[in-house]
Amino acid sequence: MNVHIQIRKYAMFLVLLILVVFFSLTTDAFLNPENLFNVARQVSMLGIASVGMTFVLLLGGIDLSIGSMITLVNIVAAWLMVNAKINPVVACLIALIMSTGLGFFNGLVIAKIRIPPLIVTLSMMTILEGFAYIICKGIPIFGFPKEFAIIGQGYIGPIPIPVIIMVVILLIGAVILNNTYFGRYFYAVGGNAEAAKLSGINVDGIQCLVYALSGLFAGIAGIVMLSRTNSGQALAGKGFEFECLTAVVLGGVSANGGFGRISNVVAGVLIIGVLSNGMVLLNVSQYVQMVTKGTLILLAVGFDCIQRYRNTH
Amino acid sequence: MESAVILQFEDIVKSYPGVLALNHVSLDIRKGEIHALVGENGAGKSTLIKCCTGAVLPSGGKISVNGKKFSSFTPKLSAENGMVAIYQEFNLVGELSVAENIFLGRAIRKGLIVDKKAMCDRARNIFEQLSLKINPDELVKNLAVGYQQLVEIAKALSQNARILIMDEPTAPLTKKEVGVLFSIIEKLKKQGMTIIYISHRMDEIFKLSDRITILRDGSKIKTIDTKDTNVDDLIKLMVGRSLNEKFPSRSTVPASKEILSVEHLYGNGLTDISFKIYGGEILGFAGLIGSGRTETAQILFGIKRKKSGKIVMSEKEISPKSPREAMECGIALVPEDRKQQGALLGMSVHNNITLAVLHKLSTFCLIRKKEDKKTSESFRKELNIKTPSLEQLVKNLSGGNQQKVVVAKWLASDPDLIIMDEPTRGIDVGAKFEIYKLMNSLVEKGKTILMISSEMEELIGMADRIVVLSEGRVTGTVVKNDFNQEIIMKYASQVRDKE
Repeated sequence: MNVHIQIRKYAMFLVLLILVVFFSLTTDAFLNPENLFNVARQVSMLGIASVGMTFVLLLGGIDLSIGSMITLVNIVAAWLMVNAKINPVVACLIALIMSTGLGFFNGLVIAKIRIPPLIVTLSMMTILEGFAYIICKGIPIFGFPKEFAIIGQGYIGPIPIPVIIMVVILLIGAVILNNTYFGRYFYAVGGNAEAAKLSGINVDGIQCLVYALSGLFAGIAGIVMLSRTNSGQALAGKGFEFECLTAVVLGGVSANGGFGRISNVVAGVLIIGVLSNGMVLLNVSQYVQMVTKGTLILLAVGFDCIQRYRNTH
Repeated sequence: MESAVILQFEDIVKSYPGVLALNHVSLDIRKGEIHALVGENGAGKSTLIKCCTGAVLPSGGKISVNGKKFSSFTPKLSAENGMVAIYQEFNLVGELSVAENIFLGRAIRKGLIVDKKAMCDRARNIFEQLSLKINPDELVKNLAVGYQQLVEIAKALSQNARILIMDEPTAPLTKKEVGVLFSIIEKLKKQGMTIIYISHRMDEIFKLSDRITILRDGSKIKTIDTKDTNVDDLIKLMVGRSLNEKFPSRSTVPASKEILSVEHLYGNGLTDISFKIYGGEILGFAGLIGSGRTETAQILFGIKRKKSGKIVMSEKEISPKSPREAMECGIALVPEDRKQQGALLGMSVHNNITLAVLHKLSTFCLIRKKEDKKTSESFRKELNIKTPSLEQLVKNLSGGNQQKVVVAKWLASDPDLIIMDEPTRGIDVGAKFEIYKLMNSLVEKGKTILMISSEMEELIGMADRIVVLSEGRVTGTVVKNDFNQEIIMKYASQVRDKE
């Protein structure tokens, strides 16, 4: 059984390694440092938003509103900077407070009215997407102050700034889960909400906190995306929630709650990045990429379920 | 009365890991009789019944129905041999009509289409047979509980049941409904139905049954003709065993000052609960399932709200609105269902023990990890929790050690009053002794315990006083020198007129 646990812990890093070796052998460009940084930059938004999705899944929930949260932050921050001429820092802060508040609202509805997370965040996804369109009328917003581009396009030494932001957020996520008391509550609530409540944990409060954090991290990803693309678009985050879900599930976070680690989510995020990049280098069509990713999720979750079954029978 | 045997249990054994639920039980049920099964909770009545219905596979022995021998049943085989059981919780679908429920899974069809009319006619026939007025088209959810039960009986009749097994059928009924049920039972008996009747209520047993079988600790004690016995003898047979050295003694005596007093508590199914607990005391809560013991604990621990009444804890009036608030008032709860409510099975021993106090072991939200580890290690030692390491997942521990982990979690919060709901349920005998010792040592350290238990013996062995509940109210308080199972049983089965 010990061997199983070890395999389970590092399986996704093994998959990552295999992919890296495979693309290194089949393409010339892949192992090029510039390309590797490129991969890291491409996954930076995914990595940031996935931290929130990890928390939500640990709780046994799901957050489908991440994508449209990104879109709305994108549009609102752009509108504030361009149309309201507000200082970029203030504009970003307002957008982040908004996304955190919307996430908190998700949590509140889930905890207090007891609508399943799937339904609450699905509704929120549709509402926010609508709002984004209403604000920008479907037309891209651009013309930001120059400094704003640094967040998404700048470098410190050879390292792109989005990558640094991602690493910081991932570290914060890991500290929350490993070192804070409320992070440990995430596991407790996700493992058995009733027992957690009977242990004096404010389960409703934890729900609100987790969805608020998911909103915050989605917001940060939205800001990075806006800065990188240099224009606010009504389709910016479309489908992003499923990218996150893929990465987090690949990272071995149990969709039933209570089990998962940030380090493995990093592996999940990188697998997606490497896979996309490698397949582009190999000239594999976008549609084949989709088939591959989908298959990968099924395999990963199937593996997880088999392990779980073996451990309990 | 005919004395042909219709159902015969021969040497039935059912063992679970560490527990012998049925210990070589042999029993004859005669055709056309009403045979009562009595015994304390956990005596093996339900297990025995479940062996007939196919819900439980016996580990040994034979069951014969009409002379045909079986070593085990499936639900289908059981029904084919004319055995149908009706439980306290009904197996009815509220959104379907009465007729559809009666023929659930056995719908009368014309080709592929369900023949509703035929089903209604057949249902109507059955009700007429019982002289009952129930509309077969009515949705089951619109019926009163008593009538839902009659639907269950009609369902049994539609399956040509020859042996009807009723497990505590009157528990959810009002007095009037009980009357209707009894007249139906008499009618069925006249029609030649054999009935096995399980109940805690002595008056019902003496009113209905022809013979009574007493079970205790998984063994059959005796089968007697109802007319040859009386309530007192029966209770003696049910509980009668000596309290030998099963319970460790303790040296302390409770203080004269009360730590908790509850006055006229209503709500959550309670109708007027008042009692006091003195500091350093183990107060026992006795009663049948649904008598209000757990419900009282839920209110004290802030899980459910009271409607009215007063709770005074350490001279302060409290009304906790969440477990956390109750915890801050110095109350802890070791819940009844260890695996669902008590322990977090998928988390480590360490994480379980400090869960309730983790926020106190943190600075700016960051856990002081050394102190966190030290805390759980000290409680592991203090309670002698047997685990290979603190990182072991709780689900891999034995029942007794899991329970110790739950207790440790609460000791970490340093409560004054610990409510223990069925603290030894599902724990083997040796480990029970460990839990009792633990309870004594807690009391010796100045804690107070409210112990809820369905095991009379355990209450008598451990408690300083016992408060007996029935139907959401206190029916009696017994002090240690007057402890007597018969008195407690009598209080516990006191029924209030529901009309």
